[in-house]
Amino acid sequence: MAVPPASSPASGYSRLIRWIDYRLPFVSFLEHEFTDYPTPKNLNYWWNFGSLAGIILVIMIVTGVVLAMHYTPHSDLAFDSVERMMRDVNYGWLLRYIHMNGASMFFLIVYIHLFRGLYYGSYKYPRELLWILGVVILLLMIATAFMGYVLPWGQMSYWAATVITNLFSAIPVVGNKIVTLLWGGFTVGNPTLNRFFSLHYLLPFVIVAVVGLHLLALHQHGSNNPLGIDTRGPQDTMPFHPYHTIKDSFGLCVALLVLAFFVFYAPNFFASADNYIPANPMVTPNHIVPEWYLLPYYAILRSVTFDILGIPAKLLGVVLSLGSIILLFFVPWLDTSRVRSARFRPIYRLVSWLLPIDAIALGYVGSQPPEGWVVTLGQVATFYYYFHFLILMPLLGKIERPRPLPISIGTAVLEATGGLSTAGSAERH
Amino acid sequence: MRAPLPALLLSLAIAVGLGGAARALEEAPEPPHQQWPFEGVFGTYDTAASQRGFQVYKEVCSVCHAVKHLAFRNLEEIGYTEDQVKGIAAQYQVTDGPNDEGQMFQRPARPSDPIPGPFPNDQAARAANNGALPPDLSLITKAREGGPDYVYAILTGFKDPPAGFKVNEGMYYNQYFAGHQIKMPPPLTQTDQLKYADGTQATVPQMSHDVVSFLSWAAEPNLNERHRIGFKVILFLIIATGVFYAAKRKIWSRIH
Repeated sequence: MAVPPASSPASGYSRLIRWIDYRLPFVSFLEHEFTDYPTPKNLNYWWNFGSLAGIILVIMIVTGVVLAMHYTPHSDLAFDSVERMMRDVNYGWLLRYIHMNGASMFFLIVYIHLFRGLYYGSYKYPRELLWILGVVILLLMIATAFMGYVLPWGQMSYWAATVITNLFSAIPVVGNKIVTLLWGGFTVGNPTLNRFFSLHYLLPFVIVAVVGLHLLALHQHGSNNPLGIDTRGPQDTMPFHPYHTIKDSFGLCVALLVLAFFVFYAPNFFASADNYIPANPMVTPNHIVPEWYLLPYYAILRSVTFDILGIPAKLLGVVLSLGSIILLFFVPWLDTSRVRSARFRPIYRLVSWLLPIDAIALGYVGSQPPEGWVVTLGQVATFYYYFHFLILMPLLGKIERPRPLPISIGTAVLEATGGLSTAGSAERH
Repeated sequence: MRAPLPALLLSLAIAVGLGGAARALEEAPEPPHQQWPFEGVFGTYDTAASQRGFQVYKEVCSVCHAVKHLAFRNLEEIGYTEDQVKGIAAQYQVTDGPNDEGQMFQRPARPSDPIPGPFPNDQAARAANNGALPPDLSLITKAREGGPDYVYAILTGFKDPPAGFKVNEGMYYNQYFAGHQIKMPPPLTQTDQLKYADGTQATVPQMSHDVVSFLSWAAEPNLNERHRIGFKVILFLIIATGVFYAAKRKIWSRIH
């Protein structure tokens, strides 16, 4: 048996592993990308959310695949099949509650992850494509979550599907044709449910593929870090294993605690009571409200209450709502500052905290009936959202005077911990 | 390594707050909170109350309302014995078939059968109820904002309308129903309307409480198990979190 020389990457392993690795370099791939993979020494807990999101994605796929074994995608049977799952399938209630609340966890984690990227300028050279792939993942997640919400075929499922698919009718000329295509008919019905189920099963695997590309792009230049300066060599980095495997495990436990609290003690906290009423095309719920993670987009959609320059309000609402995410694709170029981390940008640092506050205001607006001052708040918040990305981001890069950057991560870390004596031993263990 | 834990907690609190805001939309008066034994981390259903509630459902509610997601066999979960369940089921006739001659036929229900509802279809239900459709009750405590408190409030919320309030023909005034007019006639009206098998005095609040206990179990039959498993899972995760945190500290101490 031909075995490669001992200097090959998998040299520490048995002959069998080395034989395989010589032909299929799986072990060396894992070693290179997950064990030795150098990470900046100064990563803080905000950097936990990427791997956390990946793990939640796996949890969602595993629970979802099992749920699909018991689910019937037919408009006459879907609601009852979900109830049967809750009552008669062994631990069906547990799987469904994990899947339901896992979706909320997934979005919470991804939104924090996204905010981390904005705050520390993780989208800047050379990580533009890494960021863009992340935005693609977010779009896919929204589509997947929306279609998943339709599957139980409760009142909110049905009416959310009706409201959201109807948005496409705002597109000039082809709008109505697109809506008919989405519905598979002339109203939301069984064909709609069938295609949504099919796509809800498909898209998570597309997400997995894009996550693969996201990681590929990440590992090309490595993680950004709170200082936003490049690593200059081994003195600035530490291997992923064991430092980040253990740190991420700790973070995972905390996240699972939060998830477990909701799954076991408040499983319907994020759910709408209306969705335990079977879908009824003849009765419209008082307030059609999406899940919390889509509320800001819903608020933007409803904030345009007037036509502008002959463009109908509905179309403008759709464009601005979708645009709020599409805008993120251009962030690497909208931000004109060469300094990555908000730590060294006194004005941007302040402004970047206003953005989540703005998003929360939009979320609140989305949850309320569109009446009175709520509409005004929604319009102001929508304006500010676009103002942040289109005006503040390009402008601040020009006028703001950033604080001086440290020379290297190593020196900054040593200054912070106050010891030069550990410099030699800090590299590798 | 500074951990901006307050910021993380803030983000979480915000997400949680938004979830709550998304639901708190109803204009009807807030139903007063009742004490339910199934609340809280260790909450479990009170089987005696649930059995009394089943009796209320069977003798009063089931005239108009179905509980289609329940089978007779499920009643064992609220403390009925197998033989009692067989006895309860045998009181009902269900349609089965077709038999070898191709005919549908009636037979006494078995524990595996779903509990039959009062009407063969929604149209029949509307025809018998002045055009109103009595909703299926198997999920009612999950399908209404306020849950068990709301259902209890509706059952006990029938009052004489305030002066000047005009109640439409065939409607009844209920202080907790949105719009205050409900098509359901007051179902529980007087003490000793029914005679409890266990001798409990059947006052209106008692019957309302019992039937809501029964319906809460019907809507979420796995709550006892969920609370029991949840406690163990959370205990395990708290310990695991501590262990991983200690391990993280230990491993990272090589760096600092």
